[in-house]
Amino acid sequence: MLPPVFGVLFDGLAYGMLLFVLSVGLSVTLGLMNFVNLAHCAFAMLGGYVTVTLVNQFHWPFLATLPLALVAAAAASVVLERILYRRLYRASDLDQVLLTIGIAFISVAMAAYFFGTLQQPIQTPEFLRGAVDLLGLGLGKYRLFLIAVALVVTLLLIAGLDYTRFGAQVRAAVDNQRMARGLGIDVDRTFAITFALGSGLAGLGGALAIDIVGLDPSFAFTYLVYVLIIVSVGGLGSIAGSFAAACLIGVSDIAGKYYVPELGAFLIYLVMVVVLMWKPAGLFGRR
Amino acid sequence: MSVAATDPKLGLKPQAYLRSLSRWRVTEIVFWLATLIPYILFPDYLALASQIAVAALFALSLDLILGYAGLVSLGHAAFFGLGAYSSGLFSKFVWGEPFTGLLVGATVAAIVGYASSFIIARFRHLTLIMITLGLGLLLAEAANSAHWLTGGSDGFQGIEMWPVLGLFNFDLYGKTAYAYALGVLFVLFLGARRLVNSPFGLSLRGIRENWVRMPAIGAESRAHIRTVYTISAFMAGVAGAVLAQTTQTVSLESISFQRSADVLVMLVLGGAGRLYGGLVGSVIFMIARDQFSGIAPQYWYFWIGVLLVLVVTFLPNGILGGLSKIIARWRSK
Repeated sequence: MLPPVFGVLFDGLAYGMLLFVLSVGLSVTLGLMNFVNLAHCAFAMLGGYVTVTLVNQFHWPFLATLPLALVAAAAASVVLERILYRRLYRASDLDQVLLTIGIAFISVAMAAYFFGTLQQPIQTPEFLRGAVDLLGLGLGKYRLFLIAVALVVTLLLIAGLDYTRFGAQVRAAVDNQRMARGLGIDVDRTFAITFALGSGLAGLGGALAIDIVGLDPSFAFTYLVYVLIIVSVGGLGSIAGSFAAACLIGVSDIAGKYYVPELGAFLIYLVMVVVLMWKPAGLFGRR
Repeated sequence: MSVAATDPKLGLKPQAYLRSLSRWRVTEIVFWLATLIPYILFPDYLALASQIAVAALFALSLDLILGYAGLVSLGHAAFFGLGAYSSGLFSKFVWGEPFTGLLVGATVAAIVGYASSFIIARFRHLTLIMITLGLGLLLAEAANSAHWLTGGSDGFQGIEMWPVLGLFNFDLYGKTAYAYALGVLFVLFLGARRLVNSPFGLSLRGIRENWVRMPAIGAESRAHIRTVYTISAFMAGVAGAVLAQTTQTVSLESISFQRSADVLVMLVLGGAGRLYGGLVGSVIFMIARDQFSGIAPQYWYFWIGVLLVLVVTFLPNGILGGLSKIIARWRSK
């Protein structure tokens, strides 16, 4: 028999995996372009609503909607990148913050208009419900599934970054953008593709999140805070850093809510401020 | 800045240049006379008018650090909320004299501002944005969990105010409230005006343009940032205290991220880096919110979002920046 602390640890890890899928795209695009994209979770929310609509209105199976959530969020991000983001690559932080907060506000209002402000219900398939018993611990099947998905995503990302030509271009651009341009790498194009991929992953994260944290129009801002915390704690442009930070934040959030509920979200904000004061570039940041 | 490059005043001696900046213009006098209009034309809207004065003061305080020193803050509501809660607590448990309450609220905000300025001055860019956001959220969370002190999400009730100067009671129609808020705004505006048109104000603008080079000409960037951040926190605290005193309640909303985002929108809408930017922006923002939320409250933020996208894309220096460009073009013809 294992003590309940392992159950808390497991839930925290599963939650951290969810946060990782949500935030890894932002980490890479921020590292590439230093573009402060506060609308990142709006793409996640879009993915969530795509899944909810397909499952509830068109009775698709849950798993089949996940790729579509990814594609929809990626497509939306490509459109916005072309029309709006592209103009502000070299603008000040303030302009980028304002533009993307504006987009997030619009997305929240549109979600409220089309879907109402209530939490969206979701029907996960039979085999993902319930729990597996392991040495007296009830491990949620959905959470196991979540961890598996996140690990697959991590492996694909690391393999893609380390062993493909495109991955090498991304790494070069993150390390030194001007030098990469000098070598003939089209950094703007690299950025556009990475941006679409990252937003797509956020969309997938949004769809996966419904069963754990629910989905309503405030999602775009509630989880933006978590995502930004993970990105800045983990260090820009670092996948391993995001992974570690997501685990740290996920576990401390769940453990905080379980053992000291009166503190609320206080604990993770504290973790963030302390880490940033200790290492301004994040745990794994190089700048 | 391109505006500064075409400024004909640049040929002047430094003292004469600063003096020419601080000369009162006709439009300014007209603006301040126009703030009295609500008493004559819209006596039913005095409550809204005093809210606008509070928002304008808050936007002015953000302008000092964002518009002049170039520090982006996503957590400025922390000081607004601190001022509101501490002046509210003071008038509930000690006494209800308005001006001392104001001073108490502002002092608490300024002390916290000074303490956090040591952190703020070390960082720039994304880290700065995240630190201000994090500190703001920390305080908001603290106000929420200290239910016994602040009333938490139920709001803080039971503020009883004595008459202003022992003469004017805070009435139901907001006559005293508006005069009080406007008076406080005007006095602090004079202070801010003096500040930005001083050598200190000029070095703040230098820090905004290049904070690495400023120490080379003898202006220590970090010390300047600490000073202006504390002053800005003080002013934000006053704004919060005025809101607490005139509405006689404090809600969690006054320390929330929402308020930090709102004040940023107001300032940018009017034009950051201009004294009147926050003032004009808050007038437009608050009146628009009042009108729009009468129609469809939940979609108000849709229009704010559209507005932000449009301002960033087409009016990078806000409404006042756009206006002054038009005027400059018209004059050069």
